[in-house]
Amino acid sequence: MKQATESRRGDPLLVISDLTKRFGEFTANDGISLELEPGEIHAILGENGAGKSTLMKMIYGVLKPDSGTLKWRGKPVILHNPAHARALGIGMVFQHFSLFESLTVAENISLAIPETVKLLRSRIAEVSTRYGLPVDPDALVHKLAMGQRQRVEITRCLLQEPQLIIMDEPTSVLPPSAVPILFETIRKLAASGCAVLFISHKLEEIRSLCHKATVMRAGRIVATVDPAVESSASLAKLMIGRDIPHPSRSAAKPSDVPALSLHNLTLAPDDPFGTRLDDISLQVRPGEIVGIAGVSGNGQRELAAVLSGEQPLPAKQNGSVRLFGGDCGHSDCGHRRAQGMAFVPEDRNGRGSVAEMTLEQNALLTGYARNLVAYGFVRNAAVSKFAQDCIHEMDVRCSGGDAEARSLSGGNLQKFIVGRELALKPKILVASQPTWGVDIGAASAIRQRLVDLRDEGVAILIISDELEELVEIADRVHALFRGSLSPSIERGDVTDELIGSYMAGNFSPEKLSVEVSGP
Amino acid sequence: MDTLTFLLSGTLLAATPLLIAALGELVTEKSGVLNLSIEGMMALGAVTGFIVATASGSYWLALLAGGVAAAALAAVFGFVVLVTLGNQVASGIAVGILGIGLSGLIGRPYESSTIAPMHELPIPFLSNVPVIGPGLFDHVALVYCAPLLAVATWWLLRSTKVGLVIRAVGEAPEAAHAIGYNVVLVRFCAVLYGGFCAGIAGAFISIASATLWSDGIIAGRGWIVVALVVFGTWRSGRVAIGAYLFGMTTLAGLLVQSTGIAIPSQVLTSVPYIVTIIAIAMLSMDPQRIRLNAPVSLGQIYHEAK
Repeated sequence: MKQATESRRGDPLLVISDLTKRFGEFTANDGISLELEPGEIHAILGENGAGKSTLMKMIYGVLKPDSGTLKWRGKPVILHNPAHARALGIGMVFQHFSLFESLTVAENISLAIPETVKLLRSRIAEVSTRYGLPVDPDALVHKLAMGQRQRVEITRCLLQEPQLIIMDEPTSVLPPSAVPILFETIRKLAASGCAVLFISHKLEEIRSLCHKATVMRAGRIVATVDPAVESSASLAKLMIGRDIPHPSRSAAKPSDVPALSLHNLTLAPDDPFGTRLDDISLQVRPGEIVGIAGVSGNGQRELAAVLSGEQPLPAKQNGSVRLFGGDCGHSDCGHRRAQGMAFVPEDRNGRGSVAEMTLEQNALLTGYARNLVAYGFVRNAAVSKFAQDCIHEMDVRCSGGDAEARSLSGGNLQKFIVGRELALKPKILVASQPTWGVDIGAASAIRQRLVDLRDEGVAILIISDELEELVEIADRVHALFRGSLSPSIERGDVTDELIGSYMAGNFSPEKLSVEVSGP
Repeated sequence: MDTLTFLLSGTLLAATPLLIAALGELVTEKSGVLNLSIEGMMALGAVTGFIVATASGSYWLALLAGGVAAAALAAVFGFVVLVTLGNQVASGIAVGILGIGLSGLIGRPYESSTIAPMHELPIPFLSNVPVIGPGLFDHVALVYCAPLLAVATWWLLRSTKVGLVIRAVGEAPEAAHAIGYNVVLVRFCAVLYGGFCAGIAGAFISIASATLWSDGIIAGRGWIVVALVVFGTWRSGRVAIGAYLFGMTTLAGLLVQSTGIAIPSQVLTSVPYIVTIIAIAMLSMDPQRIRLNAPVSLGQIYHEAK
């Protein structure tokens, strides 16, 4: 009889009461209570540092609560570790991917699932076709783009057939065309009785997908609402406690001479799994923002590497990359930075920053030219001030300039890196995914800074998976598809249909395919 | 015995303990722990093996005892670096010195005594082939086991679940913890295994190749083992090539000296190190390969979130 009541639908699957977690003086979660029913898609909304991740880690057994209780299917449980949580039927898709880079996709998945790699291969193929998450089981993870890695994470989680899936910002790296497919997956899971905890800062997504939303601010729950009856603006207001500004922008007044230009750039990748850049021509003029849209894995990484100088062109290839008219295809990152170029790389850990170094040391890494070094000696006071300015300017939440980069949450580190590059006062800024993982309030602040910078006459190129971001701030948008660049669409002419068809290759008949979610 | 036979046979004898210990260290390092106390563990294995062989007359028991003694020392090391989170480099050196001191103490009554060498196990037919036969196929069983162990280690790390877990723990301990593996336990087992291999290698030296005990008998071989793993870019095959190359150049040096050519002996003794480093460095010039094989978290303290 006990079992009958347990399995009756409508009884809560998970009940959390009064959960509290402190890190030293800082209270990350303060008396959190919530209930989750089978088949419910429940959103957790909140800014960076609101305590969403801490809460999820406690539900998944990574962290132990200081006080409060968890009830799973009616019984109080103390989760010892993630394996315990998984055994109970709780799965998680992480925001910072918990994948092993030197292993293949199938090996990664087999670590979480008690099955041989050989048998898994067919199950991976089955799940990935059923849920529209194409992955190559034999690909090495370190060669995959962020969006592809997330597909691996989601596939791995689905293969464990959980009763509750925690998804930490799952759409943040998916192309727009794949988001509805993921939502279809989530709805199918919910229909089969699986509950989903969906963490996102994309309010429209939450409104269209979720049954209930819990809004967190500064470690506490501020509201539990039905997202369908709320507006995006009202959700945002609950979340950040005030209205969010949209970037104000005036018409672009670009000058005629391009600051940065590519001329018929064709480049075979070094990496056998990379994308070949195919006859790309592009101009960015001072005082305009040019956006590159596209599904990740279509050459964004390669294009960014060519622009930054990380991937210099072969010696015989002249004139393909020009800075203020001068050939710079062979010069390295340092030379290009010296000419007034700044970069925000896609990969904030490893390219954008060094995890083990403090923020001050990270600031010095690209800020050295701003009078931070004298006669070969680091001017510590100046470095410290430079880092403080970046932290203050971008409202980076951290313990100070001596905090290690890895101690910051992803969004906060991103804000710091963007702030550092902006503080270099560049003439040309190339930014890949400038607001990846950054919460809504801070993202709109970053976008406003980019627009302001444009008005000061800086040439800005933004490579982004987030179409809304490009639509919001770019003056012209290109799409990248399998290494080819579409013609640009002027701001006024951008429609979802047009840019969507460009992103699917409709500008380049010979490469066109019916595939929706890219290679 | 002609020169070639002497060279082949001596190479195998010199390389076998290096290879066995290095394959153990390889597994330890793949799990993310840098064990610099191999020298001490080999010394402890050597003395324990020697005493057990002298007392019992069973050489197999002696090898086992050497392995167990060194594994016990490895447990101390594992406790210090994995439970009390000591720095791996400093703790490794300290535990290594402890092992050397301990072996000197235990071995005092046996100082400079000798023992009958372990019985050879000639392989039928093959050992009768002229020159090569006595050189390659007339040895104690462990000499044949070493290359098999290299293949087994390669297979373990490449194709088994256990190997996958070890690599995962060595690459991203936080991620391994997040998907439910006990990082400390996996690493502890890898440390014990590495210690066990080092102990067997040490016992091999005292009862099968040198056939004597004297303080300092390991003579830096433990450090060569650590170097072989690093220069072999954490791949069993390259570690094996390095070990045999080192053994061969050591023997070649002896041969050159015996011909009476006037090269200072210091130059000759340094040749094996130089040749091994150059050869393995050339084999492993591809940075992508190193990236794929090097355990990312090697030597880092892993602190589990509570």
